[in-house]
Amino acid sequence: MSGLRARLRQERPMPLDVAFHCRPGEVLALVGPSGSGKSSILRAVAGLMPLARGRIECDGEVWLDSLHGRFLPARRRRVGMVFQDYALFPHLSALDNVAEALTDRPRAQRRARAGEWLERVHLKGLERRRPAEMSGGQRQRVALARALAREPAVLLLDEPFSAVDRATRERLYLELAELRRELAMPVVLVTHDMGEAALLADRMYIVHEGRGLQAGSPEELLLRPASALVARLVGHRNLHPGRILGPSATPGRVVVDWRGIHLEAAAASGIPGQGVDWLIPEGVVQLMRRQGPPRRRWENVLPGRVAEAVTLGDAVTACVLVRDEPSRRIRMRLSLHAARRNRLAAGERVEISLPPEAIHVMPSGGR
Amino acid sequence: MDWSAFRVSIALGLWTLLLLVPPSLLLSRWLAWRRFPGRALVEAAVAVPLVLPPTVLGFYLLEGVGADTTLGRAYRAVTGGELVFSFEGLVLASVLFNLPFAVQPMQRAFEAVPRGVREAAVTCGLSAWRAFWRVELPLAWPGLLSAVVLVFAHTLGEFGVVLMVGGNIPGETRTLSIAIYDRVQAFDEPAAARMSLFLLVVSVAAIAATVRLGRGAWRDVSRRARRGGS
Repeated sequence: MSGLRARLRQERPMPLDVAFHCRPGEVLALVGPSGSGKSSILRAVAGLMPLARGRIECDGEVWLDSLHGRFLPARRRRVGMVFQDYALFPHLSALDNVAEALTDRPRAQRRARAGEWLERVHLKGLERRRPAEMSGGQRQRVALARALAREPAVLLLDEPFSAVDRATRERLYLELAELRRELAMPVVLVTHDMGEAALLADRMYIVHEGRGLQAGSPEELLLRPASALVARLVGHRNLHPGRILGPSATPGRVVVDWRGIHLEAAAASGIPGQGVDWLIPEGVVQLMRRQGPPRRRWENVLPGRVAEAVTLGDAVTACVLVRDEPSRRIRMRLSLHAARRNRLAAGERVEISLPPEAIHVMPSGGR
Repeated sequence: MDWSAFRVSIALGLWTLLLLVPPSLLLSRWLAWRRFPGRALVEAAVAVPLVLPPTVLGFYLLEGVGADTTLGRAYRAVTGGELVFSFEGLVLASVLFNLPFAVQPMQRAFEAVPRGVREAAVTCGLSAWRAFWRVELPLAWPGLLSAVVLVFAHTLGEFGVVLMVGGNIPGETRTLSIAIYDRVQAFDEPAAARMSLFLLVVSVAAIAATVRLGRGAWRDVSRRARRGGS
């Protein structure tokens, strides 16, 4: 098995229970709130943190096998790591920072090779600068060049974009996306930013309180989270409890009872009476046009009152209290243009539609 | 100026540094980065000479390594020399007495090296030795140097322990501070004044050097940070 395969467990000092693999050339994002143990996972893979139990295999080489008492020391693991604050050697120039990662090469080659790496991350001409004389984005690039210079078996990125401003971040995203096409090793990215993960990763692994919850493509995790907890962690806010009433007249659907309101939802099966959680993404909730097409073309139509409408740039996020009931809150997002045309504002009465195929039903109990 | 006392003092300072610095580097680095049960106890033990009256330390050294003690006999069997009223005994006392002056600043200096930077050295594949020379030492350098200066100056000025353990043997254990005492007792004030002035200058220079090293390191960092901006 090539790539990285890890299974990590411990109870102290913080609980950890995760299992994942990352194929060569793949970007796997470990996503979770701060303090969820993501960075510890990365440190364990790098060998910087001892671990009671687990197995880590990379490129066919066993780095950790607690069952057979094997532990490969960190400096012998071929790891390229970009730390959260980059952890550059502050007293060394950009070139020497990268050259330090090349100590397994003949002395004469190191600086030339380091220069090539700096050129590759667009830092030609800044070789002699020290970290403090560079911008956040430039420092991040030096850290990336230093991590890659070793030609590591795995690239580990610990919140690599958290220390730079937004504009720089967007530029670095593009650069990383470009660079990763040339990289043949597995890349593990730790981030708390769902959007960042969805943008950069092929697959995501949701981590919460040290426990791995679900792995899958960004789309899969966004549209079909396995539990209400995962749904909340990936940022869903239209998340409600309900109960399955039975199959719908339309095949492939069930009817879900939501505090007395019956909703059609796409679901292969469901036991009548079973408690569930259901969600609908904010962007797919439809606002019924005031003089729009006849009502029967829409499904799951609910009347309500707009509790608040917040404009953010060219989009409006509104919160609708269905049947004026504060516990039945549906958030929706629509373009500023659509909101104006329909006179969407706090206090207005509206009708909204929840498309059944966009409703995702999960077994309850996972919160 | 009592030149033989001057030579004894300088030799004592250098020998103390030579014997004290390597173990202090190891101990301070260990205390700075390792968390282990009993760490506070080790730190307290290192700090004891700061508050212990020099005569008390001297007394226990006399009791512990005197000619008739086990250690004293063992030392004589191996080297043929004595550990009390000898230069070797002075060095031993000086090393013990200076332990906190070396370890504490060094520990602060190592603690100031960010953990991430040390870990980056590891993930870059640097050997422990190379990480020490290329990363840890350069970053901790000002603190280490001020420890060296402090220890040297402190050794020149030490009086109580030296008198207790070494006595006042010209050319062997009579250091500058003992010589000053000796000259004052003999009403030779001009000689005492010259030596006192010398030690005063050395002490002020040492303190100025450590302050400058500390501030210099800080200025260097803030200057780089300013230039860095974002």
